[in-house]
Amino acid sequence: MYVRDTIAAISTPVGEGGIGIVRISGPSSLAIAHSIFKMKSDGGLKSHRFSYGEIVVPATGDVLDESMAVYMKAPNSYTREDVVEIQCHGGTLVVSKILSLVVGEGARLAEPGEFTKRAFLNGRIDLVQAEAIMDVIASKTDASLSLAQHQREGLLSKRIETVKEGILYALAYVEALVDFPEDDVDVAVDTDVLARVRPALDELDALISGFEEGRVIRDGVSVVIAGKPNVGKSSLLNTLLKEKRAIVTAVPGTTRDLIEEVVNINGLPVKLLDTAGIRDSEDQVEQEGVRLTLERIPRADLVLFVVDGSGAFTEEDAAILEAVGTKPMIAVVNKGDLPTVAVLPDSIHAVAVSISTATGSGIPELRKAIADAFMHGKAVDGREFVAVSKARHRDALLKSRFSLETFIGNLEAGFTMELLAIDLRDALAAVGEVTGETTADDVLDRIFSSFCIGK
Amino acid sequence: MIVYDKQYDVIVVGAGHAGCEAALAAARMGCSTLMLTINLDAIALMSCNPAIGGLAKGHLVKEIDALGGEMGRNIDATGIQFRILNTKKGPAVRASRAQADKQQYRLRMKQVMEQQDNLDLKQGEATALYLEDGAVAGIDTRGGVRYAGKTVVLTTGTFMRGLIHIGLVHYPGGRAGDLPSIGLSDSLNAYGFEVGRLKTGTPARLDGRTIDFKRLEPQYGDERPIPFSFSNTSIEQPQVPCHIAYTNPRSHEIIRSGLDRSPLYAGIIEGIGPRYCPSIEDKVVRFPEKDRHQTFLEPEGRDTVEVYPSGMSTSLPIDIQWAFYRSIEGLENVEIMRPAYAIEYDYVNPIQLHASLETKLVRNLYHAGQINGTSGYEEAAAQGLMAGINAGLRVQGKEPLVLGRSEAYIGVMIDDLVTLGTKEPYRMFTSRAEYRLLLREDNADLRLREKGHAVGLVPDNLWNGFVAKKELVASELERLGKLRLSPSAAGEELLEEWQLSGMQNAISYEQLLRRPDFTCQELARIYPEIMELPETIREQLEIQIKYKGYIDRQLEQVDRSAKLEGTPIPADMDYSGLLGLSTEVREKLAKFRPDTLGQASRIPGVTPAGITILSIALKARSAK
Repeated sequence: MYVRDTIAAISTPVGEGGIGIVRISGPSSLAIAHSIFKMKSDGGLKSHRFSYGEIVVPATGDVLDESMAVYMKAPNSYTREDVVEIQCHGGTLVVSKILSLVVGEGARLAEPGEFTKRAFLNGRIDLVQAEAIMDVIASKTDASLSLAQHQREGLLSKRIETVKEGILYALAYVEALVDFPEDDVDVAVDTDVLARVRPALDELDALISGFEEGRVIRDGVSVVIAGKPNVGKSSLLNTLLKEKRAIVTAVPGTTRDLIEEVVNINGLPVKLLDTAGIRDSEDQVEQEGVRLTLERIPRADLVLFVVDGSGAFTEEDAAILEAVGTKPMIAVVNKGDLPTVAVLPDSIHAVAVSISTATGSGIPELRKAIADAFMHGKAVDGREFVAVSKARHRDALLKSRFSLETFIGNLEAGFTMELLAIDLRDALAAVGEVTGETTADDVLDRIFSSFCIGK
Repeated sequence: MIVYDKQYDVIVVGAGHAGCEAALAAARMGCSTLMLTINLDAIALMSCNPAIGGLAKGHLVKEIDALGGEMGRNIDATGIQFRILNTKKGPAVRASRAQADKQQYRLRMKQVMEQQDNLDLKQGEATALYLEDGAVAGIDTRGGVRYAGKTVVLTTGTFMRGLIHIGLVHYPGGRAGDLPSIGLSDSLNAYGFEVGRLKTGTPARLDGRTIDFKRLEPQYGDERPIPFSFSNTSIEQPQVPCHIAYTNPRSHEIIRSGLDRSPLYAGIIEGIGPRYCPSIEDKVVRFPEKDRHQTFLEPEGRDTVEVYPSGMSTSLPIDIQWAFYRSIEGLENVEIMRPAYAIEYDYVNPIQLHASLETKLVRNLYHAGQINGTSGYEEAAAQGLMAGINAGLRVQGKEPLVLGRSEAYIGVMIDDLVTLGTKEPYRMFTSRAEYRLLLREDNADLRLREKGHAVGLVPDNLWNGFVAKKELVASELERLGKLRLSPSAAGEELLEEWQLSGMQNAISYEQLLRRPDFTCQELARIYPEIMELPETIREQLEIQIKYKGYIDRQLEQVDRSAKLEGTPIPADMDYSGLLGLSTEVREKLAKFRPDTLGQASRIPGVTPAGITILSIALKARSAK
């Protein structure tokens, strides 16, 4: 039995999905799960039973998300180790946050394919299966590799190379100081070295956010239009769609169902969701719509919070604002063609755009604001962002960034050179995992590195 | 050939730093041993700098000592200045270095060899291997004598087809003043060994009477010199200083003016020199922006005026040497006693070796030292020791001793050599070791004493001392984890001083020692007994506790790679029959013939996919 440390990873495909799953495997799985997953009922997780509860940040007690968790006691699990899978809402952010909580509680970020590797090591996959796996690796690396992939990887390699250069420079100096104490290696570590490491870190940041942006372009994003009845949500949807789709009347509550449309906003595929006006209603159909809306907000990537600029900011508006919570949001002040009355409360930390669905004014600005929310001001050009398209790459880059940040922190804390070198070597090795030039010492890590993480 | 009527277990060719350790190890293991050398007056001669140790090299010496080698004791007895380097850095990269009295060093080693049972010392030049049934069975010499031996260790240093260069003048020599070894490398070539050419160099030796030391900055040894050997507790002999001098722009002008007569730049030298130990002309050419280069003027001994200017090796013509050395401040009137020179010599590609240092082509033949492409006395001695041990173990019919990359710098070095080969003279650096925090000087005995004892190189008295030390460290570690400082017992004042005010729960002494600046000395305020422990024990406790987090992290990595390192590849592995391997990977594996999957994974060009196929094939093979 191969039981080592406890590993964790997001095991659902990256992107907008109904649910996201964080998988934890190893001896501490259950303890880690219990420290962040608070069940509605007492007694703890039982093997092979789904439990309902909330994800709670241990340090603050804040509730992150409601979720389901399932515990699979060894050896009756995928890896033949104790495994816990936490299911949550599928926004990338939530899943990532849960993963970092799990890591914070002592799990290690899984290597690409490490779950499969453990399954293999623990005898769950036999040699024949392993050989079949080999074929997959071979076909991926040889004949079936498409030209597009080559180009993509070539572009990525170039950018990785600059990161590598920065880390190598720092490492070379640190090593020189260690190995040649008698030679006059004249460099101010904290300035010269940091001057090289920081740009490497920036490039890593850019590559990592490029991954998010790449995902956004590929998979699109989900945007919910929320607001009290009759503030012009459907008009806004129609304006963005440039055609009348939802029924628009001045009678509050006209939209009773959820209306979902995919529109192209400045090159970005956006799944727009018009919702029933949120208010207390006794109309059953409408109530259903309100419920659906409230349900959809947590899963959205962005909320367009529409208020009526010609009326006052009411309690109803405030209630909706509360429902939006910490979701990324753009405040849309509609009816800009009429005298503005509503004053947005100071507590809103969001971009506010004034529009008029009647005249179309402010719509280009809103489109830009939506795109900016995801693309951080960059133009949407698919070729730019597909560079880091594999979760495996993203994870390696995250690891490298973490090591570099640790290095900078330790450098500032006055750690000695040989300890600093360890962080730099980790950073370098992680970058090497992307280009395949890693000199990682564990062959089995290499065997399964062709697999996507979490399989 | 006249066959000498004694059958040796182990014949060691060469009496340098590798040869001495090899011969002593074999003889101490009870093997009847012959050491054959071109010049019996040059046993353990320091052909280049008169110093032992330094970064990573000091580590090697400690490891040699822990295994039962001689180098540590020899430098302790004959050192004239001892220093610990990198004291401001962490324990893993602290290293011992000592200046040696060059003549005393070789004389003491010769004495040790002469008094060793089972060891014959003979002068003679080996010219060819003598083989029986594909295995080495002896050595033929220039004098027409054949010595029969069950095993042979070649430690040829710079002697095989040695060619000395001073400017455009060149002549055969194994070292200034010594004859080269001619014939042996042809013999090796004939058996299929890949013989290549390397180059190294040494600076001039200067007459100390003509150096104005008053104008130079002295560099003294440590106030309290610490011995290399785990069997010594102190260094008693007085110490002498080195001096620091610098080249200047005029020196560099002189060097440039002589480049047209440099054998390196004129293309006469074909061998590749070490990048980390460049000649002064190399430094000047490669770093034109530097207007000075540093040199340490190292005394060659107590009873000689000869001085070694480190970092100033050159192969420039003698007239340039005169002008150049005299351009250095303090050296205006310096007289050169021996000129600087470069030397080219034959080496054998070390990928043709097993990790035991036995050759893959000829059974019972072992190579150690510069013949394997390394540079440095310590690197040579470490290989010599391992080759001697493994030749001895072969004679005894036992499995070879192979040290892992996580166990010793010796393991890192030999693994690098046999899996990667080398294109320039290989020198040990701490950065070559991925488990650097585990491979410290201070714990070399904890890592290796047991192995040295197992092969019979650590006598009982030393072994008992080691066992006592090891047990003391373990029991004290346990005690420090159990003893606790309770807030009430400590007193407010102490708590405040230790920034523990308001502490709720008792904390262990171990937790206190884990804090970066908290020493045993500090702990003695509440636990005075700790100062009764020997200093080496206290040092061990502090290091093991303070660096526990990092050490554990490395141990985890070691653990993860253990399976790979521990998977052997049969010597008769047929790579041509492995489906799915790319041609390049197949060729690489067939050429290197790795002994383990771990070695295979480190061969450049062998892809992860290749390793996968190989590992599956090995599993399938063992399943049959």
